[in-house]
Amino acid sequence: MPDQRIDTYPTHQYQGYDLRPGRPLPFGASLVPGGINFSIYSSAATSCTLVLFHKHEREPFVEIPFFDEFRIGDVYAMTVFGLNWEEVEYGYRMDGPWDPSNGYRFDQTKILMDPYARLIGGREIWGTDPDWSDIYHHRARLVADDFDWEHDKPLETPIEDLIVYEMHVRSFTAHESSGVSKRARGTFAGIVDKIPYLKELGINCVELLPVYEFDEFENSRVNEQTGERLYNYWGYSTVGFFAPKASYAATGKFNMQVDEFKNLVKQLHAAGIEIILDVVFNHTAEGNERGPYISFRGLDNKTYYMLTPEGYYFNFSGTGNTLNCNHPIVRNMVLDCLRYWAAEFHIDGFRFDLASILGRAPNGAPLSNPPLLEQLAHDPILAHCKLIAEAWDAGGLYQVGSFPAYNRWAEWNGKYRDGIRKFVKGEPGLVGEVSQLIQGSPNMYASRGPTASINFITAHDGFTLMDLVSYNDKHNWANGENNNDGANDNNSWNCGWEGETDDPGITALRRRQIKNFAAILMVSQGIPMFLMGDEVGRTQQGNNNTYCHDNLLNWFDWTQVEKNSDLLRFFQNIVAFRSAHPILRNRFFLSGSDYLGLGVPDITFHGTQPWQPNWSDGSSRTLAFMVNGDYARGGAVRDDFIYVAMNMYWDAVHFTAPPLPAGMRWHVAVNTAMPSPEDIWAKDVEPVLDGGEILLGGRSVVILVGR
Amino acid sequence: MAFDAKLEIANGIGRITLSGELDASVAGDFRTKIEEAASQKVSKLVLILDALEYMSSAGLRTLVFAKQKMGQSVKIYVVGATEAVSEPIKQTGFHYSVIMMDTYDPGVIES
Repeated sequence: MPDQRIDTYPTHQYQGYDLRPGRPLPFGASLVPGGINFSIYSSAATSCTLVLFHKHEREPFVEIPFFDEFRIGDVYAMTVFGLNWEEVEYGYRMDGPWDPSNGYRFDQTKILMDPYARLIGGREIWGTDPDWSDIYHHRARLVADDFDWEHDKPLETPIEDLIVYEMHVRSFTAHESSGVSKRARGTFAGIVDKIPYLKELGINCVELLPVYEFDEFENSRVNEQTGERLYNYWGYSTVGFFAPKASYAATGKFNMQVDEFKNLVKQLHAAGIEIILDVVFNHTAEGNERGPYISFRGLDNKTYYMLTPEGYYFNFSGTGNTLNCNHPIVRNMVLDCLRYWAAEFHIDGFRFDLASILGRAPNGAPLSNPPLLEQLAHDPILAHCKLIAEAWDAGGLYQVGSFPAYNRWAEWNGKYRDGIRKFVKGEPGLVGEVSQLIQGSPNMYASRGPTASINFITAHDGFTLMDLVSYNDKHNWANGENNNDGANDNNSWNCGWEGETDDPGITALRRRQIKNFAAILMVSQGIPMFLMGDEVGRTQQGNNNTYCHDNLLNWFDWTQVEKNSDLLRFFQNIVAFRSAHPILRNRFFLSGSDYLGLGVPDITFHGTQPWQPNWSDGSSRTLAFMVNGDYARGGAVRDDFIYVAMNMYWDAVHFTAPPLPAGMRWHVAVNTAMPSPEDIWAKDVEPVLDGGEILLGGRSVVILVGR
Repeated sequence: MAFDAKLEIANGIGRITLSGELDASVAGDFRTKIEEAASQKVSKLVLILDALEYMSSAGLRTLVFAKQKMGQSVKIYVVGATEAVSEPIKQTGFHYSVIMMDTYDPGVIES
């Protein structure tokens, strides 16, 4: 008698391959004793064929039709025995109706990728032209789950303590100045090499632009002016939701991208840094009616995409198609995907691109109670993951402040970005709005708390911080779209000259404005996020939509670390300032009252004189506020008093800080009008302020610490 | 150069010397040597890689297998890996599961 049960013996044969009816769940390709289980969904296909390739070979070595008895419901499932899982690539052919006006686009001449593929070949080395005549471009492969995590787990940092750094994997270390070895530039391994830099910067969370497999050659073209290749560089167009991008791994050519990415997560966690993924579930890389067959279109077009009554693709994403996220099948795929990344990759959170699409019904109408968003909010595996919405879409749905949140979702606060930009630019009459924004936008998130607000001035979409203070208008000519792409409402100000200048006055003003933005961002309640390179003055030469550039318009130029060391020093210290003061990082809104009877309310607003904010003057450009450190974390933690004075008027203005309780004195932590290194002081070495009066230079921010 | 794997066991230490190119077609040979070493219950496993020219994903996966097969108590030393071999080991984080050494150090390994 065998000492182990054998219940996966072959029951069928096809061309010498041993088979048996497969397990319908989980979807995808899974290792089972002696073989591989293949499971794929299609509601309208009339037949399905498994297509198997040896790795890198153009032609399949066998095509195995699913026997009738291998289909359960709408799922084709089959176990194939005796395959070498490390050497096999697989796809499917689906037969079914070709009836586009009714949503059916089956074409059995196409080989289709498994939407659950965890490893995808075909684009292993970045920018290397594929074989365009290949009959199967994005090749599904299998992956082992044997990574040694040791004791790693998601960090579960309280969201109110996060300081987020938005970055692009390739851009971070692609430039030779990164010091990363040539083979590892622009990869997950390259980021690992730069973790010490991130630690010194002080951030505790990186948010990566898309890392799911995408095709940089999608819509690739040549810039007619420069002859340079333009790519789908940022990657907001997913090929495979379950697979890390192979060419983002130095070991992608060995098909080791899963391990390399896991090692990145593990090393970031060891450094106390969380990792959030920017996920793009609103559309796929298959485009519209004229797009390629990669996967969904040929598997079950009508299920996976939102279609018009005539069978065309709804285009709420602005990219040609819209994933049908609230169809139960698609909903489950999204859920399976996020669970996989959370459980298998220890991902700490997700930022959802154009998330409002996830709240639309299959017919495109916004739902009042979107099942997908609710399900994600309450999912047990995602329970401690951060969920962040880009709460708008390209179809005109704008839900900042009103995104269906289920007490779980945070939002990129676009209103914070716009309001603070206008204020620092010097527009009058904004002090009331700014008072809300720096509190975490209680006017928008009253029932949700300040942690619903991801505060940011810049992100990948739009100007960098240096460009925000260097350009009035976008300069997107290099994108080859006649400067018609990218946003026109940037709320930017060039400080007196459009673009680069060696005028010392303008240069100094720009640096001061950058510091003003950084200072306000870091003293605001809510979750601060800033863009890779802003800390060293990274420029995109006025281009506010660099989605297609694999060059210095996107790359981090590490020589700027030295050149703009004063900016970097300011960022390091202002991040450290926020980290040192829990009163700036509350989970609940400050109330404006002294509810614990501590003598001073938790937050108070002031004008140039204490207790006299200038709410009514439509020309006001000055505002000050003070937080009482004894109210940190609802009074559970003791902190200093912090007073922040913001003068966005162009001339110097006298401010008087409120008096402190007996025995305390004000210390100057930040004065952006001062040259480096007197612009910011490390904790406990801040100079004492004599008296309470301070002259704020034009367009400057002062932060005092009372203790 | 053709792949070759030799196993020697002495004083409770297993030494596997690899040479040539380790790809999927020969990873099974490497795996067999690891299983042999494990069956002898060695206290340390030394992988001598200075003559190994290339290691594919199947080879890297076999390192993971070695760690799992030998158990946490058995130290695994990877000695003399060339840059072409050591880089992917480090980039995928496998070096945290083993001890990487440039040259064979009897003072460390045999102590």
